[in-house]
Amino acid sequence: MSGHSTHENRHVVSFKTYLATGTALLILTAATVGVSFIKLGGWNAIAAVGIACLKAILVAFVFMHLLYDKKIFLVIFSVAIIFLTIFLALTMFDILSRGEIYPDYEEPIEKNAVIYKKAEPAPTGEPVEDSTPKNH
Amino acid sequence: MTSGNSSGHRAHLAHHFSESSQQSESARMGMWIFILTEVLLFGGLFVAYTVYRSANPEMFYNAHKHLDIHLGTLNTIVLITSSLTMALAIRSIQLNDRKKSIKLLATTFALAAVFLIVKYFEYSHKFHLGQLPGKFYTYTGIEGSNPHIFFSVYFMMTGLHGIHVIAGMIAISWVMRITIQGRLSSEYYTPMELTGLYWHLVDMIWIFLFPLLYLIG
Repeated sequence: MSGHSTHENRHVVSFKTYLATGTALLILTAATVGVSFIKLGGWNAIAAVGIACLKAILVAFVFMHLLYDKKIFLVIFSVAIIFLTIFLALTMFDILSRGEIYPDYEEPIEKNAVIYKKAEPAPTGEPVEDSTPKNH
Repeated sequence: MTSGNSSGHRAHLAHHFSESSQQSESARMGMWIFILTEVLLFGGLFVAYTVYRSANPEMFYNAHKHLDIHLGTLNTIVLITSSLTMALAIRSIQLNDRKKSIKLLATTFALAAVFLIVKYFEYSHKFHLGQLPGKFYTYTGIEGSNPHIFFSVYFMMTGLHGIHVIAGMIAISWVMRITIQGRLSSEYYTPMELTGLYWHLVDMIWIFLFPLLYLIG
Protein backbone atom coordinates (compact mmCIF):
# COMPACT_ATOMS: atom_id res chain seq x y z
CA MET A 1 0.00 0.00 0.00
CA SER A 2 1.44 3.30 -1.08
CA GLY A 3 0.85 6.74 0.37
CA HIS A 4 1.39 8.56 3.63
CA SER A 5 0.03 7.95 7.09
CA THR A 6 -1.10 10.33 9.81
CA HIS A 7 -0.12 10.67 13.46
CA GLU A 8 -2.46 7.82 14.34
CA ASN A 9 -0.86 5.68 11.62
CA ARG A 10 -4.06 6.02 9.62
CA HIS A 11 -3.68 5.23 5.97
CA VAL A 12 -3.96 8.24 3.68
CA VAL A 13 -5.45 7.19 0.35
CA SER A 14 -3.56 8.61 -2.62
CA PHE A 15 -5.02 11.39 -4.75
CA LYS A 16 -4.79 9.12 -7.79
CA THR A 17 -6.93 6.42 -6.15
CA TYR A 18 -9.64 8.95 -5.26
CA LEU A 19 -9.61 10.46 -8.75
CA ALA A 20 -9.73 7.02 -10.41
CA THR A 21 -12.68 6.04 -8.19
CA GLY A 22 -14.53 9.27 -9.01
CA THR A 23 -13.91 8.73 -12.73
CA ALA A 24 -15.06 5.11 -12.52
CA LEU A 25 -18.26 6.26 -10.79
CA LEU A 26 -18.97 8.78 -13.56
CA ILE A 27 -18.28 6.18 -16.28
CA LEU A 28 -20.63 3.73 -14.55
CA THR A 29 -23.26 6.50 -14.39
CA ALA A 30 -22.95 6.94 -18.16
CA ALA A 31 -23.18 3.14 -18.55
CA THR A 32 -26.35 2.86 -16.47
CA VAL A 33 -28.02 5.67 -18.45
CA GLY A 34 -26.90 4.08 -21.75
CA VAL A 35 -28.12 0.60 -20.82
CA SER A 36 -31.55 1.97 -19.85
CA PHE A 37 -32.16 2.99 -23.49
CA ILE A 38 -31.55 -0.54 -24.78
CA LYS A 39 -34.57 -2.85 -24.60
CA LEU A 40 -33.52 -5.87 -22.58
CA GLY A 41 -36.79 -6.76 -20.92
CA GLY A 42 -36.25 -8.02 -17.40
CA TRP A 43 -32.50 -7.62 -17.74
CA ASN A 44 -32.83 -3.82 -17.66
CA ALA A 45 -33.72 -3.85 -13.97
CA ILE A 46 -30.95 -6.36 -13.21
CA ALA A 47 -28.38 -4.25 -15.09
CA ALA A 48 -29.55 -1.07 -13.31
CA VAL A 49 -29.32 -2.62 -9.84
CA GLY A 50 -26.07 -4.42 -10.70
CA ILE A 51 -24.32 -1.23 -11.81
CA ALA A 52 -25.72 0.61 -8.78
CA CYS A 53 -24.29 -2.10 -6.48
CA LEU A 54 -20.90 -1.80 -8.18
CA LYS A 55 -20.96 1.99 -7.66
CA ALA A 56 -22.02 1.57 -4.02
CA ILE A 57 -19.13 -0.86 -3.46
CA LEU A 58 -16.67 1.68 -4.90
CA VAL A 59 -18.05 4.44 -2.65
CA ALA A 60 -18.04 2.22 0.46
CA PHE A 61 -14.59 0.70 -0.05
CA VAL A 62 -12.63 3.74 -1.24
CA PHE A 63 -14.47 6.93 -0.21
CA MET A 64 -15.71 5.46 3.07
CA HIS A 65 -12.35 3.70 3.65
CA LEU A 66 -13.81 0.24 4.29
CA LEU A 67 -10.89 -1.24 2.36
CA TYR A 68 -8.32 0.43 4.63
CA ASP A 69 -10.15 0.75 7.94
CA LYS A 70 -10.85 -1.74 10.75
CA LYS A 71 -12.67 -4.79 9.42
CA ILE A 72 -15.35 -4.48 12.12
CA PHE A 73 -16.84 -1.54 10.18
CA LEU A 74 -17.13 -3.76 7.11
CA VAL A 75 -18.91 -6.33 9.30
CA ILE A 76 -21.38 -3.71 10.59
CA PHE A 77 -22.13 -2.50 7.07
CA SER A 78 -22.50 -6.08 5.79
CA VAL A 79 -25.00 -6.81 8.57
CA ALA A 80 -27.12 -3.89 7.30
CA ILE A 81 -26.99 -5.21 3.73
CA ILE A 82 -27.71 -8.82 4.76
CA PHE A 83 -30.76 -7.85 6.80
CA LEU A 84 -32.03 -5.58 4.03
CA THR A 85 -31.72 -8.53 1.63
CA ILE A 86 -33.67 -10.78 4.02
CA PHE A 87 -36.34 -8.08 4.41
CA LEU A 88 -36.65 -7.69 0.63
CA ALA A 89 -36.49 -11.41 -0.23
CA LEU A 90 -39.05 -12.58 2.34
CA THR A 91 -41.44 -9.75 1.44
CA MET A 92 -41.24 -10.65 -2.23
CA PHE A 93 -41.77 -14.37 -1.56
CA ASP A 94 -44.98 -13.32 0.17
CA ILE A 95 -46.11 -10.70 -2.37
CA LEU A 96 -45.37 -12.75 -5.51
CA SER A 97 -47.16 -15.87 -4.25
CA ARG A 98 -50.35 -14.09 -3.11
CA GLY A 99 -52.05 -14.38 -6.49
CA GLU A 100 -52.26 -18.12 -5.93
CA ILE A 101 -54.28 -17.58 -2.76
CA TYR A 102 -56.28 -14.40 -3.45
CA PRO A 103 -57.43 -14.13 -7.10
CA ASP A 104 -58.56 -10.50 -6.57
CA TYR A 105 -55.05 -9.41 -5.63
CA GLU A 106 -54.55 -7.66 -8.98
CA GLU A 107 -57.49 -5.31 -8.51
CA PRO A 108 -57.14 -1.74 -7.24
CA ILE A 109 -57.44 -1.39 -3.48
CA GLU A 110 -60.24 1.18 -3.61
CA LYS A 111 -62.15 0.92 -6.84
CA ASN A 112 -64.49 3.75 -5.90
CA ALA A 113 -61.83 6.24 -4.90
CA VAL A 114 -62.14 9.71 -6.47
CA ILE A 115 -58.90 9.46 -8.43
CA TYR A 116 -60.07 6.47 -10.50
CA LYS A 117 -63.29 8.16 -11.59
CA LYS A 118 -61.73 10.42 -14.16
CA ALA A 119 -59.55 7.67 -15.58
CA GLU A 120 -62.66 5.75 -16.66
CA PRO A 121 -64.70 7.38 -19.43
CA ALA A 122 -68.19 8.22 -18.16
CA PRO A 123 -70.99 6.20 -19.76
CA THR A 124 -72.81 8.29 -22.35
CA GLY A 125 -75.96 10.06 -21.24
CA GLU A 126 -75.34 9.45 -17.57
CA PRO A 127 -73.81 11.88 -15.09
CA VAL A 128 -70.49 10.79 -13.62
CA GLU A 129 -71.79 10.82 -10.03
CA ASP A 130 -74.41 8.15 -10.72
CA SER A 131 -72.10 5.78 -12.57
CA THR A 132 -70.39 4.51 -9.43
CA PRO A 133 -72.00 3.57 -6.13
CA LYS A 134 -71.60 6.03 -3.26
CA ASN A 135 -69.06 4.88 -0.77
CA HIS A 136 -69.38 6.15 2.82
CA MET B 1 -2.39 1.09 15.52
CA THR B 2 -0.74 2.10 18.78
CA SER B 3 2.52 3.95 18.64
CA GLY B 4 2.97 4.19 22.39
CA ASN B 5 2.69 7.97 22.85
CA SER B 6 -0.43 8.10 24.98
CA SER B 7 1.12 10.48 27.50
CA GLY B 8 0.34 13.68 25.56
CA HIS B 9 -2.53 15.79 26.97
CA ARG B 10 -4.37 16.59 23.80
CA ALA B 11 -7.34 18.93 24.05
CA HIS B 12 -9.58 16.68 21.94
CA LEU B 13 -8.92 13.49 23.92
CA ALA B 14 -11.75 12.68 26.34
CA HIS B 15 -10.62 11.30 29.72
CA HIS B 16 -12.30 7.91 29.25
CA PHE B 17 -10.15 7.08 26.22
CA SER B 18 -6.53 6.08 26.57
CA GLU B 19 -5.48 7.26 23.13
CA SER B 20 -6.60 9.32 20.15
CA SER B 21 -6.75 6.26 17.94
CA GLN B 22 -9.08 4.49 20.36
CA GLN B 23 -11.32 7.55 20.59
CA SER B 24 -11.48 8.00 16.82
CA GLU B 25 -12.17 4.29 16.29
CA SER B 26 -15.08 4.40 18.75
CA ALA B 27 -16.47 7.45 16.97
CA ARG B 28 -16.25 5.72 13.60
CA MET B 29 -17.92 2.61 14.98
CA GLY B 30 -20.80 4.75 16.28
CA MET B 31 -21.12 6.33 12.86
CA TRP B 32 -21.17 2.95 11.11
CA ILE B 33 -23.92 1.73 13.45
CA PHE B 34 -25.86 4.90 12.59
CA ILE B 35 -25.29 4.15 8.89
CA LEU B 36 -26.69 0.65 9.52
CA THR B 37 -29.92 2.19 10.86
CA GLU B 38 -30.03 4.56 7.88
CA VAL B 39 -29.70 1.65 5.44
CA LEU B 40 -32.64 -0.06 7.15
CA LEU B 41 -34.67 3.20 7.18
CA PHE B 42 -34.28 3.61 3.42
CA GLY B 43 -34.56 -0.17 3.08
CA GLY B 44 -38.23 0.01 4.05
CA LEU B 45 -38.83 2.44 1.21
CA PHE B 46 -36.89 0.27 -1.24
CA VAL B 47 -39.04 -2.70 -0.27
CA ALA B 48 -42.20 -0.57 -0.71
CA TYR B 49 -40.89 0.42 -4.15
CA THR B 50 -40.29 -3.22 -5.13
CA VAL B 51 -43.73 -4.32 -3.90
CA TYR B 52 -45.58 -1.57 -5.80
CA ARG B 53 -43.48 -1.93 -8.94
CA SER B 54 -44.05 -5.71 -9.05
CA ALA B 55 -47.80 -5.08 -8.71
CA ASN B 56 -47.92 -2.29 -11.34
CA PRO B 57 -45.01 -2.84 -13.77
CA GLU B 58 -46.56 -1.08 -16.77
CA MET B 59 -47.81 1.88 -14.76
CA PHE B 60 -44.31 2.34 -13.27
CA TYR B 61 -42.84 2.30 -16.77
CA ASN B 62 -45.37 4.84 -18.08
CA ALA B 63 -45.09 7.11 -15.04
CA HIS B 64 -41.28 7.14 -14.93
CA LYS B 65 -41.24 8.76 -18.40
CA HIS B 66 -42.52 11.91 -16.70
CA LEU B 67 -39.28 12.28 -14.76
CA ASP B 68 -36.55 14.30 -16.46
CA ILE B 69 -33.67 11.93 -17.25
CA HIS B 70 -31.30 14.86 -17.98
CA LEU B 71 -31.88 16.50 -14.62
CA GLY B 72 -31.56 13.12 -12.90
CA THR B 73 -28.24 12.41 -14.62
CA LEU B 74 -27.01 15.93 -13.85
CA ASN B 75 -27.84 15.44 -10.16
CA THR B 76 -26.05 12.08 -10.12
CA ILE B 77 -22.90 13.67 -11.56
CA VAL B 78 -23.19 16.56 -9.06
CA LEU B 79 -23.53 14.22 -6.08
CA ILE B 80 -20.70 11.87 -7.16
CA THR B 81 -18.42 14.88 -7.65
CA SER B 82 -19.37 16.20 -4.22
CA SER B 83 -18.51 12.82 -2.72
CA LEU B 84 -15.09 13.01 -4.38
CA THR B 85 -14.44 16.54 -3.07
CA MET B 86 -15.52 15.42 0.42
CA ALA B 87 -13.06 12.50 0.32
CA LEU B 88 -10.31 14.87 -0.88
CA ALA B 89 -11.14 17.38 1.89
CA ILE B 90 -10.49 14.63 4.46
CA ARG B 91 -7.28 13.70 2.67
CA SER B 92 -6.13 17.33 2.85
CA ILE B 93 -6.77 17.60 6.59
CA GLN B 94 -4.95 14.27 7.08
CA LEU B 95 -1.97 15.95 5.40
CA ASN B 96 -2.49 19.09 7.54
CA ASP B 97 -3.39 21.27 4.55
CA ARG B 98 -6.19 23.26 6.20
CA LYS B 99 -6.69 25.84 3.44
CA LYS B 100 -7.15 23.22 0.75
CA SER B 101 -9.46 21.25 3.00
CA ILE B 102 -11.68 24.32 3.57
CA LYS B 103 -11.82 24.98 -0.18
CA LEU B 104 -12.83 21.39 -0.87
CA LEU B 105 -15.49 21.50 1.86
CA ALA B 106 -16.87 24.70 0.35
CA THR B 107 -17.01 22.96 -3.06
CA THR B 108 -18.85 20.01 -1.52
CA PHE B 109 -21.33 22.40 0.10
CA ALA B 110 -21.87 24.27 -3.19
CA LEU B 111 -22.46 21.01 -5.09
CA ALA B 112 -25.00 19.94 -2.46
CA ALA B 113 -26.78 23.27 -3.01
CA VAL B 114 -26.78 22.67 -6.79
CA PHE B 115 -28.36 19.27 -6.18
CA LEU B 116 -31.17 20.84 -4.15
CA ILE B 117 -31.74 23.63 -6.69
CA VAL B 118 -32.13 21.06 -9.50
CA LYS B 119 -34.46 19.06 -7.24
CA TYR B 120 -36.48 22.24 -6.59
CA PHE B 121 -37.07 22.73 -10.33
CA GLU B 122 -38.09 19.09 -10.73
CA TYR B 123 -40.48 19.27 -7.77
CA SER B 124 -42.09 22.57 -8.77
CA HIS B 125 -42.72 21.21 -12.28
CA LYS B 126 -44.51 18.20 -10.80
CA PHE B 127 -46.47 20.36 -8.34
CA HIS B 128 -47.57 22.47 -11.29
CA LEU B 129 -48.79 19.44 -13.27
CA GLY B 130 -50.48 17.84 -10.26
CA GLN B 131 -48.20 14.79 -10.33
CA LEU B 132 -48.48 14.52 -6.57
CA PRO B 133 -48.72 11.66 -4.07
CA GLY B 134 -51.96 9.92 -3.12
CA LYS B 135 -55.15 11.93 -3.05
CA PHE B 136 -53.39 15.12 -4.21
CA TYR B 137 -52.74 13.52 -7.60
CA THR B 138 -54.69 15.39 -10.31
CA TYR B 139 -52.70 14.66 -13.49
CA THR B 140 -54.53 12.68 -16.19
CA GLY B 141 -51.88 11.94 -18.84
CA ILE B 142 -50.48 8.62 -17.58
CA GLU B 143 -51.87 5.28 -18.75
CA GLY B 144 -52.35 2.40 -16.36
CA SER B 145 -54.10 2.15 -13.01
CA ASN B 146 -52.94 3.92 -9.85
CA PRO B 147 -50.29 6.27 -11.31
CA HIS B 148 -50.39 8.24 -8.05
CA ILE B 149 -48.58 5.30 -6.37
CA PHE B 150 -45.47 5.96 -8.44
CA PHE B 151 -45.44 9.59 -7.34
CA SER B 152 -46.09 8.66 -3.70
CA VAL B 153 -43.01 6.44 -3.87
CA TYR B 154 -41.04 9.06 -5.82
CA PHE B 155 -41.76 11.92 -3.42
CA MET B 156 -41.26 9.79 -0.30
CA MET B 157 -37.88 8.44 -1.43
CA THR B 158 -36.45 11.61 -2.97
CA GLY B 159 -38.00 13.71 -0.19
CA LEU B 160 -36.36 11.71 2.58
CA HIS B 161 -33.11 11.77 0.60
CA GLY B 162 -33.48 15.55 0.17
CA ILE B 163 -33.85 15.97 3.95
CA HIS B 164 -30.60 14.01 4.29
CA VAL B 165 -28.90 16.35 1.81
CA ILE B 166 -30.02 19.35 3.91
CA ALA B 167 -28.74 17.66 7.10
CA GLY B 168 -25.47 16.95 5.29
CA MET B 169 -25.14 20.60 4.29
CA ILE B 170 -25.65 21.66 7.93
CA ALA B 171 -22.97 19.17 9.03
CA ILE B 172 -20.54 20.27 6.27
CA SER B 173 -20.96 23.97 7.11
CA TRP B 174 -20.35 23.22 10.80
CA VAL B 175 -17.20 21.22 9.99
CA MET B 176 -16.05 24.05 7.71
CA ARG B 177 -16.54 26.49 10.59
CA ILE B 178 -14.46 24.50 13.08
CA THR B 179 -11.77 23.92 10.44
CA ILE B 180 -11.56 27.68 9.81
CA GLN B 181 -11.30 28.16 13.60
CA GLY B 182 -8.28 25.86 13.50
CA ARG B 183 -9.81 23.19 15.70
CA LEU B 184 -9.08 20.36 13.23
CA SER B 185 -5.68 19.10 12.14
CA SER B 186 -3.99 15.90 11.01
CA GLU B 187 -4.00 14.88 14.69
CA TYR B 188 -7.73 15.31 15.17
CA TYR B 189 -10.21 15.38 12.29
CA THR B 190 -12.93 12.99 13.54
CA PRO B 191 -15.84 15.46 12.97
CA MET B 192 -14.84 15.85 9.33
CA GLU B 193 -14.35 12.13 8.88
CA LEU B 194 -17.80 11.31 10.31
CA THR B 195 -19.43 14.03 8.20
CA GLY B 196 -17.67 12.47 5.23
CA LEU B 197 -19.07 9.02 6.04
CA TYR B 198 -22.56 10.52 6.29
CA TRP B 199 -22.15 12.40 3.01
CA HIS B 200 -20.95 9.29 1.15
CA LEU B 201 -24.01 7.44 2.48
CA VAL B 202 -26.25 10.18 1.03
CA ASP B 203 -24.41 9.73 -2.28
CA MET B 204 -24.77 5.95 -2.10
CA ILE B 205 -28.55 6.15 -1.55
CA TRP B 206 -28.91 8.43 -4.57
CA ILE B 207 -26.86 5.94 -6.63
CA PHE B 208 -29.76 3.48 -6.10
CA LEU B 209 -32.61 6.01 -6.33
CA PHE B 210 -31.47 7.33 -9.71
CA PRO B 211 -31.72 4.13 -11.81
CA LEU B 212 -34.75 2.81 -9.91
CA LEU B 213 -36.83 5.97 -10.44
CA TYR B 214 -35.47 7.60 -13.61
CA LEU B 215 -34.19 4.66 -15.67
CA ILE B 216 -36.90 1.99 -15.68
CA GLY B 217 -36.08 0.13 -18.90
